[in-house]
Amino acid sequence: MKRLAIALAISSSLALPFAAHAVEYNQVQTDKSAINFTYKQMGVAVDGKFSRFSSQLNFDPAKPTAAKASFDVELASVDTGASEGDEEVAGKPWFNTKVFPTARFVSGSVKALGGNRYEVAGQLSIKGKTQDVVVPATFTAQGKSGVFDGSFTIRRADFSIGEGSWAKFDIVANDVLIKFRITAASK
Amino acid sequence: MAVLFFGLLALGFYMHDLPLSPEKLQLYSWHKWAGVSAFLLVWLRLFWRVTHRPPALPTSMPKLLQLAAHAGHLMLYGLMIVIPLSGWLMSSAKGFQTVWFGVLPIPDLLEKNKEVGNLLQTVHMDLNLLFVAVIAGHIGAALKHHFIDQDDILKRMLPAHNTEK
Ligand code: HEM
Repeated sequence: MKRLAIALAISSSLALPFAAHAVEYNQVQTDKSAINFTYKQMGVAVDGKFSRFSSQLNFDPAKPTAAKASFDVELASVDTGASEGDEEVAGKPWFNTKVFPTARFVSGSVKALGGNRYEVAGQLSIKGKTQDVVVPATFTAQGKSGVFDGSFTIRRADFSIGEGSWAKFDIVANDVLIKFRITAASK
Repeated sequence: MAVLFFGLLALGFYMHDLPLSPEKLQLYSWHKWAGVSAFLLVWLRLFWRVTHRPPALPTSMPKLLQLAAHAGHLMLYGLMIVIPLSGWLMSSAKGFQTVWFGVLPIPDLLEKNKEVGNLLQTVHMDLNLLFVAVIAGHIGAALKHHFIDQDDILKRMLPAHNTEK
C-alpha cells in the first residue's frame, strides 16, 4: 500500500510538469517585442527598426504545427537611423505609406525542426505586393511568457521598395535582413 | 593637401543642402573617405612640421603680431585634427560606420545615440565655420605680407624658394 502511494506520488509529480507544458502563448507583449532590420548602404550595414506594430499569435509548444501568427507593422513608424531617411522612405518611391500604411505577415504552415527551432512559412504583403516567405524562429520559455527570435532576408525590389533613382542596388542594397523578437505571455 | 581641405569644405557644405538621393549618399561616403585620408595626412604633415622647423618670423614683425601668427597656425593644425575627428565620432554616434574606400572598416568609437549624433553634427559644422574663418585670416595675412609689407613671407612658403637657401 505504501509502495503504491509512493508510485502514485512520483507519477503524478512527473505528470504535473507535463500538464503545465500544455500551455498556449497568445498574449503578445509589444513593449517586450521588437522588429529591427539591417540594410546596406554602399556596403556598410546600417540598423533600423519599426516602433509600432501589432501581432496575434497562438503557440503551444506541445502542438507547434497548429501555431498561428500574424503581424501588422505600421510602416510610418520606421527608424532608418536618420530622420531625413525616415521621411524619405515614407514617400512614394519607398513604402508610399499614404496608400499602403501597413505591412502584413500571415503565417501558413509551421514545421518543427527539432530542439527549440521552428520554421514558419507565410505570406508577407508590403506595398500591395505579396510574397511567400519562410521564417526560421526559435522559441524560449521565460517564466510565464515565451520569446520568439528569428531573422530572414527579403529583397526590397520584390516589393517595389525604392523605385526610380533608388532602384539600382549600388547605393542601397537589395537584400534587407529583418530581425524580430516577440514576447508572448500565456493566459 | 590644401586642395584636399578646400574640396572637403566645399563638398561638406554642398552635400548637406542636397535633398536625399542616391547621389547624396554617394557624396557622403566620398566625403567621409576623403576626410579620413586628410586626417591621416595631417599626422604626416605634423611630423614634418616637428622635424623641420620653419624659418623664424622676420624680426621686423611686432611681437603681438608674431604671437597672433603663432596662435593662428596652432588653430589651423588643431582644427585639421579635431574636424575629421568630430566627423568620425558623428558618424559613429549616428550609426553610419565609416568604411574607408568601401574596403577598410574604421571602428565606431561611440555607441549609437541620436542626441550625441546630432550634437556632434553641430560641432562638426561649427568647427568648420571656424576653420573657414581662420583660413580666411591666414590667406588675408599672407596677402598682407606680400602686398603691403612687401616681405618674402608668402614667397618662402613656396618649395622653389626653400631650395635656394
Ligand atoms: C578635414 C576633414 C573634414 C572637413 C574639412 C569636413 C568638412 C565638412 C563640412 C564643411 C561639412 C558641412 C557641415 C554642415 O553643413 O553640416 C561636413 C559635413 C559632414 N561631414 Fe565632414 N569634414 C571633414 C572630415 C569628415 C570625416 C572624417 C567624416 C566622417 C568619417 C565626416 C563626416 C561628415 C558628415 C557625415 C557630414 C554631414 C553632416 C550632415 O549635414 O548631415 N567629415 N564636413
